[in-house]
Amino acid sequence: MIEQEYILQMKNIKKKFSENTVLKNINIAIKPGEIHALLGENGAGKSTLLNILFGMSVIHATGGYKGKIFIDGKERQIKSPMEAISLGIGMVHQEFMLIPGFSITENIKLNREITKNNVISKVLGERLKSLDFSVMDKQARQSLDALGMNIEEWTRIAGLPVGYMQFVEIAREIDKKNVKLLVFDEPTAVLTENEAANLLKTMKKIAESGIAILFVTHRLEEVMEVSENITVLRDGELVGTKKKANTNITELAEMMVGRKITRLTKRERATKGNIVLSIKNLDVMMPGETVRDVSIDIKEGEIFGIGGLGGQGKLGIANGVMGLYPGKGGIYFRGKRIPLNNPREVLKNKISFLSEDRRGIGLLLDTSLELNIAITAMQIKGKFLKKYGPFSQIDHKKIRDNCLKMIKELDIRCEAPTQIARRLSGGNQQKACIAKALTLEPDLLFISEPTRGIDVGAKKLVLETLVKLNEESGMTIVMTSSELAELRSICDRIAIINKGKIMGILKPEDSDVDYALMMSGEHSEAVKG
Amino acid sequence: MYKKMIQLVNDFGIPRIIIISFLIVLLIMAFILKIPIAELLSASLVRLGMHGILVLAMVPAINSGIGLNFGLPLGIICGLIGVLISIEFNLRGFTALFTAILCAIPIAAIIGYGYGVLLNKVKGSEMTVGTYVGFSAVSIGCIGWLILPFRSPEAVWPIGGGLRVTISLVNRLDKVLNNFMAIRVGNLNIPTGTLVFLSLLAIIIWLFSRSKTGIAMRTVGDNPRFAVASGLNVNAYRVIGTILSTVLGAIGIIVYAQSFGFLQLYTAPMFMGFTSVAAILIGGATVKKASIIHVFIGTFLFQSILVVALPVANKIMVTGDLAEISRITISNGIILYALTQIKERA
Repeated sequence: MIEQEYILQMKNIKKKFSENTVLKNINIAIKPGEIHALLGENGAGKSTLLNILFGMSVIHATGGYKGKIFIDGKERQIKSPMEAISLGIGMVHQEFMLIPGFSITENIKLNREITKNNVISKVLGERLKSLDFSVMDKQARQSLDALGMNIEEWTRIAGLPVGYMQFVEIAREIDKKNVKLLVFDEPTAVLTENEAANLLKTMKKIAESGIAILFVTHRLEEVMEVSENITVLRDGELVGTKKKANTNITELAEMMVGRKITRLTKRERATKGNIVLSIKNLDVMMPGETVRDVSIDIKEGEIFGIGGLGGQGKLGIANGVMGLYPGKGGIYFRGKRIPLNNPREVLKNKISFLSEDRRGIGLLLDTSLELNIAITAMQIKGKFLKKYGPFSQIDHKKIRDNCLKMIKELDIRCEAPTQIARRLSGGNQQKACIAKALTLEPDLLFISEPTRGIDVGAKKLVLETLVKLNEESGMTIVMTSSELAELRSICDRIAIINKGKIMGILKPEDSDVDYALMMSGEHSEAVKG
Repeated sequence: MYKKMIQLVNDFGIPRIIIISFLIVLLIMAFILKIPIAELLSASLVRLGMHGILVLAMVPAINSGIGLNFGLPLGIICGLIGVLISIEFNLRGFTALFTAILCAIPIAAIIGYGYGVLLNKVKGSEMTVGTYVGFSAVSIGCIGWLILPFRSPEAVWPIGGGLRVTISLVNRLDKVLNNFMAIRVGNLNIPTGTLVFLSLLAIIIWLFSRSKTGIAMRTVGDNPRFAVASGLNVNAYRVIGTILSTVLGAIGIIVYAQSFGFLQLYTAPMFMGFTSVAAILIGGATVKKASIIHVFIGTFLFQSILVVALPVANKIMVTGDLAEISRITISNGIILYALTQIKERA
């Protein structure tokens, strides 16, 4: 009966999304009053694990999971969030689930209101009882006091600083009397340093009262500060569980990002050294991917990588240069200034872009493959047109020839050039996007998340295609990716972005530790590649 | 096999199957009631030519991404002004027709431009806004008909002021296209001129859709974000689509009037947009995609039902409002159906 001492045990958890295994044999065990950190990069499987723990419908709609979950030593099948809550699992969300127009008390007590009888309810029954605000306020006060918050409980949520909202969320969870385990999903992501420090203190306080805490994050420093045990996930696998006393930031960093890097290219690093594109003090207002004051020089003929965690701004750079999101700053291509916020000018200057949103921006899903490939070049360069004075007609033969050439060169698997883009597989859609960009004959290619949503075999093919383009036609490539391994397998230099800024530029063979630290924003010493 | 059948039915569209079945039932009843089929077919062809261009006006609107152009009355009013000008100059025959068209085009282009700019400011609710723009235009038109300085005795009230509600076009442009090269086979009358004119405009729109600008416009309508990333000015192409639609609406009402023989002012254009919208939807278009073939199929099916329903209803019931009832039921029903089919962009 040794298992009794754990509040939560998850054993051999496995999860597949259709053919894609996202979690393999995950084990995790948490004792009462313990702060347990769950550490991993984006896509390591953290959220899937939490979804399983909360019985989210997305898990059950996709075939459920394998493995066992024990709560207080009893095996449980959690089928809905309601069940998770009744078992005493609380969740502090990354995005606040609060109603702005309600007071703090009302938010804390939402759906668990304390009621008292009045004249009408005695006649017409339960549902018409009035709220007992004095008791509710008192209890909300207790929860707020437990967190050391001296804000008035009747204040409205709207207008509160972000940090306070986070605390109200926590107060709501600890106000539930049966709560045994609190899950914090990247709670510090939106907080200032001061607020974050406060939060960590509060977490310790809560843990002292006997509630176990599962702390999901990718910030190593915070992990070291508060947690007793640390479980590291990587690519859906359990890398290990460590006691804090027996580990250090460096080791955790290695565990988090470390994997064997296979270089797909043997060539010498870009040598010409001429600066082909110079980005100076670029700010981009892209929601969720804001870029702040980024300056990069990209050299002729290199493959330049941009990496970093999700939401830090790496995607904003390419989108900003292409003018798809409003930006400020200077962009110089071969010494010539290129206007911002004007995609047409950028394209005319032989810079192409493959968006991370392949299906949303990259393709016309209900249009034929051949037209997809041809449209942009037609509009920008007037290719594939027959001219009759001021009038023009599309030249089907040239479009077909170009498409067949691309199908052969890039090995696009399709039934016919007239097949609509929606019916192509993810990898072939990506190749169609590459074909579209190549038809523009660019000197510089921006490509974002080239392998997102593509199966493993096709990933390698796409990367090899990029290397081939780079080596054979000397095209300069700027690749943005969340997958560090992929950047390190083909890039010459890799810039790591954190909070919208460049933390440093690394060589692919630099150590995992450097990468991990830069990604978590704790290491700003620029290493020049 | 069964699955293939289901797929076939879905591709063809359940509403179209219902409409065609309804039409077949009506035709059988017409046959049983000994209503001359040739006359019904003649009337259907006349109505195809009469409404075709108004329905064609939906194509550039849908393809440029503003959706179904419920604001068609804007273009219709421009066309009415064109005809009034030709009456004012006391023109007759083809001169009157082409003067009316040539006068209406620039007015419609300017109005269409303004309408396009407005629609760019209300992206996502073009159809709702368009409907009310159409209604407002009709109301403003009503004031206009009272105060515009037309003097022709045929057009204005003999006493009081303002233009008549209905103006006869006999001896002016009444049936000039319908009778042009008209073919008569037994009881069957084919309004060749009108159909040729409709086809001509359809070919122009088809050629346009294959030009650089046309492709850009369709790209904008299909996926604005793709278009932006391809360096296209989304707003400009939406305005082009709106102008084209408004101009076609203006030409459409002129051809309609020559076929009908009367010019209807005041509140008559109020629901003409709805009829055109319903017709193209019956033809198989959606709020995102439309082609020339949808125009022909849709207009023919919709108008045929109305043509056949009237005499059949008159024989069955003495109070013969069935044609009007079915017109309203079908047009509103099909619009409702199409609006429920709009899928949120993922």
